[in-house]
Amino acid sequence: MSTTAPSRTTDGDGESHPRSPIVHRRRRIDPLYYLFLFPSLTLFSLAVTLPAVLGFGYSFTNSIGFGDWEFIGLRNYIAMFRDQGVLGSYTFTLGFSLITVILVNILAFALALGLTSKIRFTTALRTIYVIPMVISGIVIAFVFQYLFANTVPGMGQAIGSDALSTSILANPDWAWLSIVIVTAWQSIPATMLIYIAGLVTIPGEVYEAGSIDGATGWQAIRHITLPLVSGFIVINTILGFKNYLNAYDIIVGLTDGGPGVATRSVAMSIFRGFEGGDYAYQMANAMVFFLISIALALLQLRITRGRTAF
Amino acid sequence: MSTATPAAPAAPASSAPTTQPARRRRGAVGRDRVNWPVTVLLMVGSLAVLVPLFVTVNMSLKTTEQAVDGNAFSLPDPLTLTSFVEAWNLTNFPRGFAISIFITTIAVIGEIVISALAAYAIVRNWDRRAFRWSFFYLLAAMFIPFPVVALPQIQLTGMLGLDNPLGVAILHIAFALAFNTLLFTAFLRTIPLELEESMRMDGAGTWQVFWRLILPLLGPMCATVGIFAFIASWNDFMMPSLIISDPTLQTVPVLQNMFQTQFSNSYNVAFASYLMAMAPAIIVYLFAQRWVMSGLTQGAIK
Repeated sequence: MSTTAPSRTTDGDGESHPRSPIVHRRRRIDPLYYLFLFPSLTLFSLAVTLPAVLGFGYSFTNSIGFGDWEFIGLRNYIAMFRDQGVLGSYTFTLGFSLITVILVNILAFALALGLTSKIRFTTALRTIYVIPMVISGIVIAFVFQYLFANTVPGMGQAIGSDALSTSILANPDWAWLSIVIVTAWQSIPATMLIYIAGLVTIPGEVYEAGSIDGATGWQAIRHITLPLVSGFIVINTILGFKNYLNAYDIIVGLTDGGPGVATRSVAMSIFRGFEGGDYAYQMANAMVFFLISIALALLQLRITRGRTAF
Repeated sequence: MSTATPAAPAAPASSAPTTQPARRRRGAVGRDRVNWPVTVLLMVGSLAVLVPLFVTVNMSLKTTEQAVDGNAFSLPDPLTLTSFVEAWNLTNFPRGFAISIFITTIAVIGEIVISALAAYAIVRNWDRRAFRWSFFYLLAAMFIPFPVVALPQIQLTGMLGLDNPLGVAILHIAFALAFNTLLFTAFLRTIPLELEESMRMDGAGTWQVFWRLILPLLGPMCATVGIFAFIASWNDFMMPSLIISDPTLQTVPVLQNMFQTQFSNSYNVAFASYLMAMAPAIIVYLFAQRWVMSGLTQGAIK
């Protein structure tokens, strides 16, 4: 960007003459710009970088969050890989994220297709479908908790279904499903809006050309729509997966990690670090979690890059 | 702005709750004819959104005696508003509301101003390494989830005396920086430099240019960032529940926890309280949905 210098700067050093009259390589810079950058850099360093570095350091100690501590090398990390609780939380979190990301993207894409087609009441329907996005995760989780614990079993008994007669939240094998449902309920709108943004960029002529070649209905979606919104699929999968890996609010509201530890997410076990006196241990957990999140984001980028061509 | 019908579910009472139908768009571009099958499917599907909201309103209007029977769909009989009064008093709603507003206001203003300042400095000095690297440094935040830094952060805020609503607001700003700066820089790159130069000719300095020209030009973007900041801060549970050490300074969403622990049988009061916690965000959304939609669109396109 070859800007002509904002020459009205206050500092008076005269030696920074531009080498070329057109491209000002070393123009004078208003020191105010550094001041503009200062709040965000400071804030970010104090709120993110510093604790991340501290946490990294603590992960090699036996600290319990206060008082004395000493370095114990990699022992926290080694212990983690033998800890059934930690491994369980990773299995749950990864499995839950994978299922949710697939479910949310399919439903959100279908809704986006529906809401961009020739329908009536478009505005009202869009308004309704977006509402879950603006509702607090923990609050709606409490609402669903009541439904899962009282209403659904009640209806299950009424229709004589054994499977539905007990609360899904108390079932160690199926409690995760309730978390998938509520997470999907809340995160479909944002995903859907991104798909709508993608769908409206496709010109109608493309479909007309397609229909001349005989591509209608499902074929048009498969061979025209999907390839054209593939970039949005990438965005939605990566953003979605990143959010679901950090799942906390909705789980607290629905099962609080239970029954037992069946639905304890990684974030939950990290946060409990202060309670059990395994502060440094959970910091090691957090570091591993961080590496896994990054690795997964990169992996998704690679896989989806390869697939965007369809 | 449309006159979209807000969440006033017209008694979907007895109908079984929402099987998710596998939607498929039939006859891709149906010229100008209204696609009624899809319309109907979408209307049925919208029950998945409306039923939980209906249940919340319905339950909040019941008496405690009626609410314990576990039937979410039976209509309130007798209909009463006492649960709202009780929820108001139990949660000390005015205090929680004030604290939530406090956090949200600081987060909204802070996110807009701090990110816009940074984005402006970065875009105008992109040829300088310091600014480019600052940009990538800030972007790194997108890859650091809060749980990773949560434990040291609890200690740090404690040491700095920020284990209170102010600290939560600051953390909200910090963790939204990356995305907001990204949005603002993308938008600022499209603003022609000539506008700014003519203003500088007239003697305006960088400070005036930012406040009188750049920030107003960023208006629609600020609205979007502001609304998302509002929704995120208002609804957040994770940060306040971990950072705020004094339980009497908790935000509205965190206060709802008391209906799980202490008052677990007063369903009507709990739902009245949930409704009061949800309502502000829903109301803001209904008034501001234009920017909600456009914001996500712009965020996605980059």
